[in-house]
Amino acid sequence: MTFATSLELLKFHSVAYTIYALIIISTVAWFGYNLTRKEKVKSIVRIPFYGYMAFLVAGGVGHHIFTYNAIPWVSEDITRHNVKPDQEVNITVANHKWQLPPLPIKIKAGTKVFFNVESNDLIYGFGIFRKDGSMVTQMQVDPKYKNDLLWTFHECGTFDITSTEYSGPAQYNEKGDDLMFVKDAIVVEGCKGGDK
Amino acid sequence: MSFTKNLIHGTNFDADSLNALQKVTLRAVVMSFLFFGLVAIEGVIMRMVKTGPVNPLPKMFSHPDHFFSIMTAHPIVGIFGSTYQLVFAAFMFLVPYLTKKPLYSVKLANAVWILITLGTALAWFAAFLWHYAPLYTLYWPLPADTKQFETIGGIVFVVGVALIMIGTLGFIYNIYATIFQRVGVHANKTTKELLISGFGIDGMLNLINKLRGKEPYTKEPALSLPVVAIFRGTVDTFLDAIVILGAGVLILVYLIADISGVKLDVHTIDALLYKNYFWWGLDLVADGLVLIYVAGSWYLLATIISGQKLFMENVARAALMLELLVSWMVWSHHLLSDQPQPEMMKLVSGEMVTAFELLTQGLALFITLVTLWKGRPLKMSMELKYLLGGLIGFGLAVPAGIIQADMGMNRVLHNTSWISFAHFHIALIVGLYMTLYSALYVLWPLVTNNTKIYSKKLSNTHFWMYLIGGLGMGSVLGYAGLEGALRRHLYVHGEFEPYMILGAIFGAMIFIAWAIFLYNIIMSIGLKGLVGIFTPAKDKSASYGIED
Repeated sequence: MTFATSLELLKFHSVAYTIYALIIISTVAWFGYNLTRKEKVKSIVRIPFYGYMAFLVAGGVGHHIFTYNAIPWVSEDITRHNVKPDQEVNITVANHKWQLPPLPIKIKAGTKVFFNVESNDLIYGFGIFRKDGSMVTQMQVDPKYKNDLLWTFHECGTFDITSTEYSGPAQYNEKGDDLMFVKDAIVVEGCKGGDK
Repeated sequence: MSFTKNLIHGTNFDADSLNALQKVTLRAVVMSFLFFGLVAIEGVIMRMVKTGPVNPLPKMFSHPDHFFSIMTAHPIVGIFGSTYQLVFAAFMFLVPYLTKKPLYSVKLANAVWILITLGTALAWFAAFLWHYAPLYTLYWPLPADTKQFETIGGIVFVVGVALIMIGTLGFIYNIYATIFQRVGVHANKTTKELLISGFGIDGMLNLINKLRGKEPYTKEPALSLPVVAIFRGTVDTFLDAIVILGAGVLILVYLIADISGVKLDVHTIDALLYKNYFWWGLDLVADGLVLIYVAGSWYLLATIISGQKLFMENVARAALMLELLVSWMVWSHHLLSDQPQPEMMKLVSGEMVTAFELLTQGLALFITLVTLWKGRPLKMSMELKYLLGGLIGFGLAVPAGIIQADMGMNRVLHNTSWISFAHFHIALIVGLYMTLYSALYVLWPLVTNNTKIYSKKLSNTHFWMYLIGGLGMGSVLGYAGLEGALRRHLYVHGEFEPYMILGAIFGAMIFIAWAIFLYNIIMSIGLKGLVGIFTPAKDKSASYGIED
């Protein structure tokens, strides 16, 4: 099982967590009900203590093993300094304003792109969003550091960017419009095969 | 009894019958719940603003200056003004009660609630009057950004937070001084014995001796398990206070320099290093003292409610030690999206050690459930209901946090409302507060000399409204995060509208639940009793239950 895009991952996560939440709530409710029953109920299952502990350990460790294997950007991110990108996008930010390359930034689907973002004053975030508002990817932008995000787009379309980190109310105008929001900043083209 | 009589005199509450320890406990509890009301109002305002075009509030609330100053004050009032006060009140009563010794100093306990109240009020006023809004994260150099914020606002805010931390240090001193007092049952104990017990080393030695087929190290540990949890959690409370005070001094230096006409270069301070330092301290609250205090509270409540001995007590003691060590090494999960952060720190601290919290909190949940199970059949009392609610809260919130503490998931969840609602609002509103309400119902007869609660129906209404409101708000806004809603962002144009409207409705339920709870409590103690809590106690005793 692998997730080509963050949208697929978030959909899977949404379903899996909903099921988990319903199980937890109903288990505690069932437990509470049986606590109060006059006749002593027999346990349906006996959960051995060490079995339960092993389950928790497996859950904690297995989660990371699963995501490492199922989410392509994890290993890419860890080894990004050894990767030669197909394209580099250099961005600077100061006073809540991006300095971007000519727009739209055109990217070919399936290629490896380095987003290098540098802040000259505050901590910002750099986030790429789909037209429906869902997040493609993001990173924090720490001032005076090299903030580099390696990303491979497996979906075509037009994407917006904004800061994903609060950097003071000056990010907005008096009406509440986000001044760091850049509409149609990125266009990804050339999808084929496994790309969407 | 008529409405007016109840409102003035309560049920059978007599403030004059309370001793000094009971009064100081109740003073902090009263302030805590007043701040809870304030934080609930702030929460509802923010939720209403984010509903966008259907927002019924005046436009001024949607102004970014106003909105983010509320967002800055909200956690200060909620965490310190309300939660810290309630937890400190409970522990300053419980430690003397459980150790059968007097509280070291009632005067100091009074100073604690006054300092925290004053500090919270100052921080709130800094946000309200001057719109100082760097948020609780205080990411450098934002708190020293005098282009966006008025310097005086920053100074008042930092002084307020410093007062809260000084009050916190007062609480810590009082707790340890009480534990190490060699009076009563501890008259013949040495400091070393109390330290070994306080850190749970006796529990660990008992386990080792059991494995080696030897006699237990001690059959009667010097300190009971809830006191051990308080002892352990208070270590993190101390470290956290020092870190926050340190950050406060740094901000103050820059702001005072600015007001004096000296411009200091904010980039002298490395923003990433500062972030690591600050998160190390701040995370000692979220992943340290809260989890340890909660585990200890569950153990106490489970034994009181079930009338049983705690299941696997030695394991629980040893696990609390593990939890303390884990809490010192997990801060990096807040920096998984910071690309300059070393990968090894992300992997070890951010992912692997953080995953241990699933183990430690899962263990606490298991021990609590088994202890309750051994005592069945039980009456579904208010304290049991709230305890089960608290277990649900952490049962949902801890895995939600672990899921996010992963380099793959964090890339799409960091700074979304998933983390603020599915994780920490559910942890705080449902997990922590329901545990605290359970403790409140257990301690109520002891602290108020058996005052009758005005209405059980209102208690039940509060429980259900609060539970549904807390879970509802946490889940719908958690799902909004999965759809891309950011946590520290102003949305006023109807973005994520269905989630935001539902979030506002559930948020309003929490506020209404609080109002019902407050009404029930006031009708129980009466306005006269409420005033009486703040008058000097005739009985100066700083202990409870020793004569029994």
